[in-house]
Amino acid sequence: MNSGTSNLSALSQPILEFRNVNVHYGAIHALKGVSLKVETGKIVTLVGANGAGKSTTLRAISGLLKPSSGDVLFRGQSIAGQRTDRIVALGISQAPEGRGIFANMTVAENLELGAYLRKDKEEIENDRAHVFELFPRVKERLWQSAGTLSGGEQQMLAIGRALMARPSLLLLDEPSLGLAPQIIERIFEIIVKVNRSGTTVLLVEQNALLAMEIAHYALVLETGKVVAEGPSVELSRSPEIRKAYLGED
Amino acid sequence: MNWKNNSTLRAGVVMILGILFFFGLGAIIPTLFNAYVFTIVMYAGINVTAAVSLNLVTGITGQFSMGHAGFMSVGAYAAAFLTTVILPTAEIPPALVPLVFAGSLFFGGIVAAILGLVVGLPSLRLRGDYLAIVTLGFGEIIRVVILNVETIGGARGLPGIPQWTSFGWVYSVAFLAVLTVRRLLASSHGRAFLAVREDEIAAEAMGVNTTRYKVLAFIIGAFFAGVSGGLFGHFLTYLNPATFDFNRSFEIIIMIVLGGLGSTTGAVAAALFLTFLREALRPLQEITQLDFRMIIYSGLLIVLMLTRPNGFLGTKELTDFGFFRRFKGLRQ
Repeated sequence: MNSGTSNLSALSQPILEFRNVNVHYGAIHALKGVSLKVETGKIVTLVGANGAGKSTTLRAISGLLKPSSGDVLFRGQSIAGQRTDRIVALGISQAPEGRGIFANMTVAENLELGAYLRKDKEEIENDRAHVFELFPRVKERLWQSAGTLSGGEQQMLAIGRALMARPSLLLLDEPSLGLAPQIIERIFEIIVKVNRSGTTVLLVEQNALLAMEIAHYALVLETGKVVAEGPSVELSRSPEIRKAYLGED
Repeated sequence: MNWKNNSTLRAGVVMILGILFFFGLGAIIPTLFNAYVFTIVMYAGINVTAAVSLNLVTGITGQFSMGHAGFMSVGAYAAAFLTTVILPTAEIPPALVPLVFAGSLFFGGIVAAILGLVVGLPSLRLRGDYLAIVTLGFGEIIRVVILNVETIGGARGLPGIPQWTSFGWVYSVAFLAVLTVRRLLASSHGRAFLAVREDEIAAEAMGVNTTRYKVLAFIIGAFFAGVSGGLFGHFLTYLNPATFDFNRSFEIIIMIVLGGLGSTTGAVAAALFLTFLREALRPLQEITQLDFRMIIYSGLLIVLMLTRPNGFLGTKELTDFGFFRRFKGLRQ
């Protein structure tokens, strides 16, 4: 799906772009004209408080929600309003908020469903081996039913499952949710590893400090609007941002 | 010979052997039992098909449907309409009867399947309790519509249906229903049905076209319910809209919950068990002059849910146990 040449030619072009995207939930205006760009090969994080529109942004990308106006471009192609399975086939997969693992299925079956749209059996086997390398715990638990895993293991499985689609853009929705600090740290290390092996990552997080540590670029959402953005190193130094989002006085 | 490796061919062979077996058995069974017991055996087989088909919709795909009797009713009336009102049944040469009967059952199944599509569509937007209410309403609408259509007897019912349903027919259809569900689950898209049940959003995020699988489950489920209705009509020789009220739907729901939602084996076992239990309770009813059946049913469900919250078999199948494990591979 993502051959080396297309990666090279796409270097100048953002892998994902929002152009003035509006999303409504009935009468609620959840995204108010959001424009953003995700550069190929980077980790980009979307931070902000509860209800800022972070998850809505992800859903508008993955096709679970249709924008009421504006455009979503993936590799320069409009994907707004397309069916989710088409979008996954294009190379965008996600680990949904709250992990969304299939609790009554085995870990192996969960991974299998991650590669649901793929037919290349050998390559799927390679990717499975890659997931095992990243998450040895997932391999240990392969024949266990996924509902019996710990929270951290479930999150690892959710990310591993999303990687089984061999995405060029990986969407992560609050991977730190409800996890112990050491486990969060390990998961974030793995996110960096995934990114280094060539996958662009869009990371939605409430834990802004941690997210900005590993991200190249950060955007701050507030009540449906982008209120600040920049390279995360700079943004995390800005006093206003530190005060408003990183909990400093 | 590579028939062992060709799953389509193998399924075809299994299907034909199964049908031959049940028709063969059908030559012996009626001679073993008196007419009363035989009737119960027949109802049990019809219930197996109904339960297995509802299990596909509710147990496997997770779409709670309370209108399954509605599909049976549509299938029953559509098939009986062909053989009783449209065709000159008395003039059909005996040799052609099986063909005409198979066609009528198929027709009943197709009409039910079309309605399954109609009911399946709201399931795209509705979940859980809301879908249950819509399907419950659907079942009642069907009943009231049939009640008011004079060409098929209206409230008087439709008499004079030829008695073509035999043991072989009932159990061959049940066998086909089981085989169809098994093949469906073993196919490359089998897990998609289960994924929809487990977590619809996550399934969609994996690229599973959830719409397609929900509607497909409704269509296939309704088809077999319709065929089982057709068998019922051609056994009893008389149809009455009241037979297919929501109590009938609940009976089938109880069967699949008792057997374990998602387990085809459980659905089969519970359908057989409950049909016989109902008859076994009749003496009690005669002595006390009270209809204890629903009380025992509900009591049984309560006890079961307290002791085995996932039903008799949970999501397990026969092929998950001891000796039968060796047949598990046959699914692939």
